[in-house]
Amino acid sequence: MQVKRDVLIQSFARPDSVVSLTPFAWDMLVRCTRPHTLLARLLILLDEHQLSDKIPAFARRHLESARIVANNEERVLRWEVNRIQRALRDVDIPIVLLKGAAYVLANLPVARGRLSSDVDILVPKDQLRVVEEALCRYGWEAVKLESYDQLYYRTWSHELPPLRHRDRKTIVDVHHTILPPTGRLRPDPEKLLEAALPLDGTRLKVLAPADMVLHSAAHAFQDGDLRRGLRDLVDLDDLFRYFGSDPTFWDTLTLRAEKIDLARPLYYALHFTHLVLDTPIPERILQTSWRWRPIWPLPAVMDMLVTGALASRPLDASKSMGSFFRWLLYVRSHWLRMPPWPLVKHLLYKAITRGRRKKSS
Amino acid sequence: MQIAHLSPTQLIERIKDPGIYIETGPFTIHLQTAVAHIAEGIRLLYEDFPILENSGVADFHISFIRTRSLRPWVRPEVRFRLDSESPFAPLPLEQAFPMFEWCFNWCISRHANQYLVIHAAAVERDGYATILPGPPGSGKSTLCAALVIRGWRLLTDELTLVAPATNMIAALSRPIALKNRSIDVIRSIDPQTAFGPICQDTAKGAVGHMRPPTESVLHVGDPALPRWIVFPTYKTKGAMNARPMSKGQTFMWFARSSFNYTLLGLTGFEVLSNLVDRADCFTLEYSNLHDVIEWFDGFDPRELAAAANSAHASQA
Repeated sequence: MQVKRDVLIQSFARPDSVVSLTPFAWDMLVRCTRPHTLLARLLILLDEHQLSDKIPAFARRHLESARIVANNEERVLRWEVNRIQRALRDVDIPIVLLKGAAYVLANLPVARGRLSSDVDILVPKDQLRVVEEALCRYGWEAVKLESYDQLYYRTWSHELPPLRHRDRKTIVDVHHTILPPTGRLRPDPEKLLEAALPLDGTRLKVLAPADMVLHSAAHAFQDGDLRRGLRDLVDLDDLFRYFGSDPTFWDTLTLRAEKIDLARPLYYALHFTHLVLDTPIPERILQTSWRWRPIWPLPAVMDMLVTGALASRPLDASKSMGSFFRWLLYVRSHWLRMPPWPLVKHLLYKAITRGRRKKSS
Repeated sequence: MQIAHLSPTQLIERIKDPGIYIETGPFTIHLQTAVAHIAEGIRLLYEDFPILENSGVADFHISFIRTRSLRPWVRPEVRFRLDSESPFAPLPLEQAFPMFEWCFNWCISRHANQYLVIHAAAVERDGYATILPGPPGSGKSTLCAALVIRGWRLLTDELTLVAPATNMIAALSRPIALKNRSIDVIRSIDPQTAFGPICQDTAKGAVGHMRPPTESVLHVGDPALPRWIVFPTYKTKGAMNARPMSKGQTFMWFARSSFNYTLLGLTGFEVLSNLVDRADCFTLEYSNLHDVIEWFDGFDPRELAAAANSAHASQA
């Protein structure tokens, strides 16, 4: 299948292509990139390809401004991790950093220009209460949620309701596994904790490379709905490129995917990064992953939904095919997360309260 | 070409579709709206500003959309959009022009991290700038407007932009927002002052914008060196009272009232220390604008520079 590449996707897939952009196209590129929170990442990519002198001044201003925001997010995140370590220093259990915090603290290339100062941690389920209490002693508080949302978290989710620090307003998400326990796929958190690697100079850990990639894949294609658009794919592309330079990585990855029940999301991750961003993935690995494809016609439907949802949206209001596809992906992510009847109730509740909120604002 | 070169009808049509590209100092905005209140405000207040033709390139592509309702008794409202983002609740149609100004400020304060963005007014004379910080109600905009009428060049009434590479202030020269009684006060100083539409019932009370002087708009590209920092407080009565303010206090105030001081990290600290180090800082209580203007007229960059240097020497 060929995917139609707009200016944003093309710039990430083929950075050299920016040399032929007109000023108008640069303007469009900045506008398309901003809602995907990829402006800073784009500047870093162009720098790495020695293309920064090709950026016109007006576009550079916005890219540089975004890089300042990204640098600040990283600084905030490092400090938060430091504070969390302090709060949990008497809690003698393994604490595994997930997602952005892991990328930054492990100094992985995927952390470059990434926007997110929320910290996600994974702890054994029987230690949730201990961790929550320790964090609350040091100033974190449960974010005030509607009682429905509280209940939703406690019943359906793989994490505690978010904890926010009362002075710094930063968020910690405490997970006991990486996918909702009620969902179709249930990776065993014990296995993840067991394989986690220590982080130099700290008591913290990060997931092993294969698990880190599989978590990112699960986040994008099982639990998530590509709401952040191309961002999820760029993360996966960065992870594949970095870990993939080790030739033993790919076989470890595919074996691990089957072992921890994340083969289907890995298929999607390999397929879509390769399709959309030209991520270099060994041909035999792509072939191996085909056996994890869903049955016909789902692969074709997903191709349509995902490429449609990634379409740039600087100008569209809410009424476009892109936003319809994004909505379908949102429904899909819930379908994979909850049994059908509770799902219908949940979506109805959300639809009604959204209508109410709109009216009251 | 300038906005004044378009006839009122041309301007309305152009803003409706495809929108106009207005250059205000370092930023170009692409404004597109069918809301006549906004076109009218632009015509009255932005007439000296250049418009760029056929460029298609802007820092911010913003639009204002009248919300539709099937129910005729629902008051018409206006919604702001920056590309696909719509961050605020809609406001009543009559407030569309002040809303445009607030939203434009929001775009700058949120996205222009190439500057340290301080919540303060600033004016310039002979290349040197006076910064007037202060919370709403302190009278900074009123004082700024009065100084501008008396010949100081308007840099900005709300967002002071300091460039880290040069430590200079970049001008915006956009209209000055005045509230409630200030509008009459300024009119009493100079009855010729032009205002845009006055909106009576906004969240901030009555709001009207003063047209920036042509001279200020023509020189919008000239940066100014920060030289004085004056914290004004308006009192209903009493004599004028100007007192030196410590550099430490000034620094802390600015750190708190900047939009992106923390975000800029070390750069923010360096720019702000440099700014405060080189400026003379005062608090100023006043009840009578005429006294104050006289006091400002006495500012002499050479004399004060010497005073500042000797202060440094004595500290060392």
